[in-house]
Amino acid sequence: MSASADPAAAITVPALTRKDFTGEQEVRWCPGCGDFAILAAVQSVFAELGIPREKFVIVSGIGCSSRLPYYMSTYGLHGIHGRAVAIASGLAMSREDLSVWVVTGDGDALSIGGNHLIHALRRNVEIKILMFNNEIYGLTKGQASPTSERGKITKSTPHGSLDPSFNPISVALGTEATFVARTLAPDREALTEILRRAANHRGSAFVEIYQNCTIFNDGAFDSLTSPEGRLANQIRLEHGKPIRFGRNKEKGVVVTPDAAVEIVDVAEVGEENLLIHDEHAAKPNLAFSLSRLAGGPNQPTPLGIFWDVERPSYGEMMRAQIEAVRARGGPADLESLWVSGDTWTVE
Amino acid sequence: MSAPKLVEELDGVVIRIAGDSGDGMQVTGDRFTHSTAVFGNDLITLPDYPAEIRAPAGTPSGVSSFQIHFSDHPVRTPGDAPNVLVAMNPAALKVSLSELPRGATILVNSDAFDARGLERAGYPANPLTDGSLAAYRVYEIPMTSMTLEAVKEVDIAKKDAGRAKNMFALGLLSWMYHRPTESVTTWIRARFGKRPEIVQANLAALAAGYNFGETADLFASSYIVRPAHFSPGTYTTVTGNTAVAWGLMAAAERAGMALFLGSYPITPASEILHELAARKSLGVLTFQAEDEIAGIGSAVGASYGGMLGATSTSGPGLDLKTETIGLAIMLELPLVIVDVQRGGPSTGLPTKTEQSDLLQALYGRHGEAPLPVLAALSPSQSFDATIEACRIALAYRTPVILLSDAYLANGSEPWRIPRLADLPDLRRAGATQPNHDGQFWPYVRDPKTLVCEWAKPGTPALEHRIGGLEKADGSGAISYDPANHEKMVRLRAAKVAGIANDIPDAELFGDEDAEVLVLGWGSTFGAARAAAQRIGARGQKIAHVQLMYLNPLPRNLGGILARFPKILVPELNLGHLATLIRSTYLRDVTTYGKIQGKPFKASEIEARIMEMLP
Repeated sequence: MSASADPAAAITVPALTRKDFTGEQEVRWCPGCGDFAILAAVQSVFAELGIPREKFVIVSGIGCSSRLPYYMSTYGLHGIHGRAVAIASGLAMSREDLSVWVVTGDGDALSIGGNHLIHALRRNVEIKILMFNNEIYGLTKGQASPTSERGKITKSTPHGSLDPSFNPISVALGTEATFVARTLAPDREALTEILRRAANHRGSAFVEIYQNCTIFNDGAFDSLTSPEGRLANQIRLEHGKPIRFGRNKEKGVVVTPDAAVEIVDVAEVGEENLLIHDEHAAKPNLAFSLSRLAGGPNQPTPLGIFWDVERPSYGEMMRAQIEAVRARGGPADLESLWVSGDTWTVE
Repeated sequence: MSAPKLVEELDGVVIRIAGDSGDGMQVTGDRFTHSTAVFGNDLITLPDYPAEIRAPAGTPSGVSSFQIHFSDHPVRTPGDAPNVLVAMNPAALKVSLSELPRGATILVNSDAFDARGLERAGYPANPLTDGSLAAYRVYEIPMTSMTLEAVKEVDIAKKDAGRAKNMFALGLLSWMYHRPTESVTTWIRARFGKRPEIVQANLAALAAGYNFGETADLFASSYIVRPAHFSPGTYTTVTGNTAVAWGLMAAAERAGMALFLGSYPITPASEILHELAARKSLGVLTFQAEDEIAGIGSAVGASYGGMLGATSTSGPGLDLKTETIGLAIMLELPLVIVDVQRGGPSTGLPTKTEQSDLLQALYGRHGEAPLPVLAALSPSQSFDATIEACRIALAYRTPVILLSDAYLANGSEPWRIPRLADLPDLRRAGATQPNHDGQFWPYVRDPKTLVCEWAKPGTPALEHRIGGLEKADGSGAISYDPANHEKMVRLRAAKVAGIANDIPDAELFGDEDAEVLVLGWGSTFGAARAAAQRIGARGQKIAHVQLMYLNPLPRNLGGILARFPKILVPELNLGHLATLIRSTYLRDVTTYGKIQGKPFKASEIEARIMEMLP
């Protein structure tokens, strides 16, 4: 590093560790909950980002996942059901110096908060949304959620749910969100890498994290996390590489004539015909097709970064607009605004 | 040339300009208001328009009108009844006629009184010829054809040419009341600058109307209303919505904060969003959210980040914001919620006024969730009311509901432009140091005001968590402890109640030994005060108190109420303030409710008071 006359350059952020991000309140998730692993990964990644602790804010809604801010040592705001994204949007737009994260669940983000989610993503507001997906309402003790599979038997759907499930990645890509990824809570390495990428993304990042609820939906992701399932069903998306998976990488993904994608035997089609994953594709079409590959985690399921593109964030655009309007003139202060219309003076 | 005309002097006039909602009546009214303001009269206006953008043309439901009361003395209301009606079509005449006193002047656009126009208005016979207007002074003026004649040299489509007839009417009124037309011509040039032919047509129509008044034998005289006495200063006219927007900006400036408005379009509050969205050169942050909930949610987020967070809405939007208001109460964050009331329930009367959100503002949340509630008293006073709402929100770290209504929002009146430096200093320092054993506890309170310390995100070493769950006193950690919950509920309530020590006493107008006290709140101020003044001027005893603070109520109010044998509460609802007064003071009052989408006339309140006087 070269010497600098700028005193700010001399101020270095002290090295932080995961412990620096550990909150004081007792963690009250159920034993074995998938949320513990996510909390640990978030704490680790925050420590390595080079951002001072006081610049992090975690905003959450309601649900098991939304307790996370209390277990961190950063600024945190535990909001109300579904509204975390709305609250975080106002904060992020007005405070570009902060790193604003939203922790939410499948019910919070996709049901009661669905409207805020899609609009924040289309605007590219500078927030990182971690959606813990356990495919169930946990805190209200086990009702079907928007990501529960159709036919799910729960207390509120004793004869099976009638609702087709939402595909969160498809929803996010439908809004043209600029960073869309899916990962698994127990896969620490992949989770950490995606959190890191999300943190460094410009604008909105949407990360779906499959997370097991041991009490109300235990085993929902076994087909992806069991030793056998990992090999058979995890389709790891890697930028610039052909999409292959299976015990011996014997399966692959190709684009079909109707612009969808399908799973094939590599031996039958040849590796050169497999789809090469492009995270930065100009359009989200192929990423969307990939998101439709699996109707849920019980089939081979793509994991990783579906789409990652550059677009100005909403806050940047807001500030640029203010600067542009200022440059064009207009009242420079309130008193000149007030006298800019018809006025008259009484002596 | 005709003989020089007489000039008669009047102390005040009420004019209503009415026509189809596509006829430009609001613009005409606005322009007349500006010239009248610049001329120096005191004035108040009452725009009234249908909820539909283009209601069926020519029908009574499509009538748009604009009433202005201007005078050489202080004006309190838009006028009980028009002295002059300009009716651009038969429907406009039909809608307004029942409100005209006998002898009133009616200027009609006679061109519009053809078979089709009469049929659309639902007139079986032409009122201009069937003798039904015998009690009025009617001037039949072919405004459309005279406008077409005036603009025939301009290269413009006939349809566009005819649309300039509102400027003909404005020109005629300007002559009739000696209004200067310079500000109108300046406005026409600015407004239509990109289309010179429209500028020419409007200027020609304006001049034709003015010259018609001067030269036609129809009018024997014109009228002059001398300027009113104003205290020294520079003035402009403001609507209530503009005054709220400017009040928010001024408060942010005086607080040393950026203003963030998160809002969703809704009638009749949208102009607050519009005005602030146009103020980017002043650094105002506005966010048109996806819904009412995100409007207030984003404002909560901005407020948490250290901005002056505000949201603007009307009744249906207030319903939707309710849960987030509860959150802001729980978090103890400053926030200003402007509710421009309209006729309800549900979609109700979107463009009409009502005062029926008071009880919702006071009590419309689950749990024990008190917050300060203020109500603006007049269009220009909305500025001061907004600054006071912001002061309380910032000083006491609480959401505040400011009640306006459609009457104040759209009505305009002169406003003396203040100096920023004369407005209250709203700065309030945030914490910079830990306040508890090296930590920052977000719910450590000032023992006197019970206000918590605040630390905005980004402040080193003060990281803390807040949320909607009940929190332990002091630390803010989640707490389900029964005694703690009761303590926190009582602390939050006591903080809001204690604001009573920091607001002015209610002012009693009139006679302390009167039989009747008129007790109003918010926008009924003008009509109630004018009614009291009329009665007082006749030598009868009467008292009047108008409340801006609805929660907490002024400390001296109970004492005032106890002095009067009878209390009349006029309000545009079925008795909200009456309910509050009864429950707070165990004092009965007489409700005078009006729920017609229109403000009170002073004469209505006056008549009701007279019934109660001995």
